[in-house]
Amino acid sequence: MTYDVAVIGAGISGAAVARELSRYRLKVLLLEKEAEPAFGVSKSNSGIIHAGTQNPPSSLKGRLCVEGNRLMREELASDLGLNFVQCGQLIVIFDPADLPELEKIKADGERLGVKEMRLVDRAWLDANEPNLGPEVKAALLVPSAGIISPYRFVYALVENAVRNGVHLRTSCPVTAVGRGADGLFALTAGGQRFAARFVVNAAGLRADEVSALAGAPTFTITPRKGEEYLLDRKREHIARHIVFPLPTKTSKGILIIKTSDGNPMIGPTAHDADDKEDLSTSDEGLAEVLAGARRMMPTVSRRDIIAYFAGLRPASGKDFIVRHEDSVPGLVNVAGIQSPGLTAAPAIAVMVAGILADRGLELKPKEDFHRLRPRPVHLFQVPLERTRALIEQDPAYGDIVCRCELVSAQEVRDAIKRGARTLDGIKFRTRAQAGRCHGGFCTTRIMKIMQEELGLAVTEVTKRGPGSELVKEERK
Amino acid sequence: MAAALAARGAGVKDVLLLERDRHLGGILNQCIHPGFGLHHFKEELTGPEYADRFVRRVEADPGIEVSPRSFVVRLTPDRELSYLRPGALEEVRAGAVILATGCRERTREMIPIPGSRPAGVYPAGLAQKMVNIEGWIPGREAVIVGSGDIGLIMARRMALEGVKVRAVVEIQDRSRGLARNVVQCLEDFGIPLHLRHRVSAIRGRDRVESVDVARVDADLRDVPGSAFSIPCDTVLVSVGLIPENELLEAAGGAIDPATNGPAAPAVNLTSLPGVFACGNAFKVYDLADSVTRDSELAGRLAAGYLGAGA
Ligand SMILES: Cc1cc2nc3c(=O)[nH]c(=O)nc-3n(C[C@H](O)[C@H](O)[C@H](O)COP(=O)(O)OP(=O)(O)OC[C@H]3O[C@@H](n4cnc5c(N)ncnc54)[C@H](O)[C@@H]3O)c2cc1C
Repeated sequence: MTYDVAVIGAGISGAAVARELSRYRLKVLLLEKEAEPAFGVSKSNSGIIHAGTQNPPSSLKGRLCVEGNRLMREELASDLGLNFVQCGQLIVIFDPADLPELEKIKADGERLGVKEMRLVDRAWLDANEPNLGPEVKAALLVPSAGIISPYRFVYALVENAVRNGVHLRTSCPVTAVGRGADGLFALTAGGQRFAARFVVNAAGLRADEVSALAGAPTFTITPRKGEEYLLDRKREHIARHIVFPLPTKTSKGILIIKTSDGNPMIGPTAHDADDKEDLSTSDEGLAEVLAGARRMMPTVSRRDIIAYFAGLRPASGKDFIVRHEDSVPGLVNVAGIQSPGLTAAPAIAVMVAGILADRGLELKPKEDFHRLRPRPVHLFQVPLERTRALIEQDPAYGDIVCRCELVSAQEVRDAIKRGARTLDGIKFRTRAQAGRCHGGFCTTRIMKIMQEELGLAVTEVTKRGPGSELVKEERK
Repeated sequence: MAAALAARGAGVKDVLLLERDRHLGGILNQCIHPGFGLHHFKEELTGPEYADRFVRRVEADPGIEVSPRSFVVRLTPDRELSYLRPGALEEVRAGAVILATGCRERTREMIPIPGSRPAGVYPAGLAQKMVNIEGWIPGREAVIVGSGDIGLIMARRMALEGVKVRAVVEIQDRSRGLARNVVQCLEDFGIPLHLRHRVSAIRGRDRVESVDVARVDADLRDVPGSAFSIPCDTVLVSVGLIPENELLEAAGGAIDPATNGPAAPAVNLTSLPGVFACGNAFKVYDLADSVTRDSELAGRLAAGYLGAGA
């Protein structure tokens, strides 16, 4: 089969592009090297739908961020059943002499189209963000910022794209991008061959390598590591907004982040790394994050930490690269998608569709485009009365698998039906194993459900794909 | 079970025993090693045998209604309970409530151990469940973090299953486990115990490949130049237990932040009248026999609160 467009990479960028293209009468292929979508940069980030502030007014990423934020608030959250919470953000200062910095962030934001920002004083903060430390003097309030579950955002886009006819192929790393006699791109991925008129490269940390495979070695990706530390859900109400310090040259600083699942998070660090695979955390990173967070909120304690991870920002210079490569006609690169890529992705997708149309791809809307995606059920998000109704409908909602996060067998099965193939995939979709016991109690039960639903031997169950098996041998 | 039986013995008419698992017995079911019952039954039993003695008595007692696969999601200060089970959300009101919810394991995240997050890192209790209940062998070469009794017993258990146990790493200068376990579980199997050492990183992308181990000084800081690497595919983390009191906390009961146990003036009490806690939910015990003794007291305390038998 010949595809109109092959999208490489099912992170937030590729997922958003695939879903955007699925509005039109096109054959679209989405290729992902990992066992599931969202296992790249898009799984390990802060989950903030940024307002657009803290970006230069002339930058592409600033413009796309503001537009992505608008799309989330006005369309995507409700269309895709996402748990987006518009909690707003505060950028705090510790020294009144820094007020002009806040004024500048506000003026830059206004030029990008960020609305309703205002400076707030200590009295306002005492009333509205009571856990701030005494060092904080004033802040800029940015109401349009919010939070989301980053992987569930990707899963929603991919599910909806597939519902609208996109072909998803996981465990399919693209290893060659050539050109057939017919002038079409000839891709080799996961041992299979695919033909496509256009290629969109959204390969995250590997975008430079993929572009080079296609004949356009025009940029390099440098990973910049960010360590993040999650706090116990008991600290859910420590902050009402996302709290930022003034940005540094390379990052937005160490933040107090609300998450849409309840557990607050502190981080991220920002240090250039040389290994695209190195997701390790360090004692130094923890110390840096704790110090940064405690300066803004002294009650944050090391004892509250229940989990941690590191993510790598795929940086290429200071801005995003979203462009057609004239040296390889038909290749569109979506690269260098560092922060705020999660926010900007829906706007990047619209831009990519425009670039493809300029290059001759006809965008004819489908009459039967399914805009809506039903929201999956999460018991931890619904009141008990709703739980009662659910159990009456389906008894397995009363069969609790994960006690820390209240996840039922039905939700685990539903996650598998929606595409989960690994323990991490189930964790990201349902939160089972994500709580304070880290799967100590539920892992074996989830593995058994996976065996039943997917017909796997226990030695084939993995954490995140081949090589990450949990059990070496089964003895009967 | 011990609290339910003791409450009945003290005159309570109606006991509802809620258990989230399919079977009664809790963690005893996966403790297939001997050493249980020396005090209470004056004989040496395995965990499942010990539990079974109570299961039989509970099942024979018409005044105890057992509700398995029942997960309590809500407790109020006036002792209303909501619980989920397959097919139903139930609500009951109790004259007295005894929380015997046990404990959970501290995890690598709580120490925290830096490094990568591959498959192959298990809380020791999870590994015990895999091996003893499911017959799943998690790896070939293991390093065990922490030398409490659970870590020691799992070192032996893995060795018996043919897993090469490369080392037990303990940050303190002595094992926290029983002396007999150090001898029977490590020395008899030639397993090295590294005291005053810590696992300073876990390495490996998809599956554990090695751990870094460093010697620490009296302030538990790494001694420069002392680090070495141990190749392994499995890390068992056994670094302590935490009483599970999230229900009590949500009901407004006072919790001691240092232990996560109920803040209480005496054993088995909580700050909520008529709500008791016993066993490892109250405090982490070394021996099941002591748990039984105190849990029986909890049953009698609840009976006293209800004025039963009076
Ligand atoms: C610590 C941290 C915090 C962040 N916080 C935020 C935030 O709060 N808000 C925000 O808006 N942004 C944030 N970001 C940025 C955001 O996470 C990224 O911009 C975004 O996830 C990038 O998505 P992507 O789809 O471009 O890349 P990825 O998610 O990495 O997707 C690329 C995909 O391509 C696949 N792939 C690679 N090579 C191949 C191949 N050869 N064949 C097939 N598939 C391939 C990969 O497996 C991967 O799934 C943060 C980033 C970090 C690291």
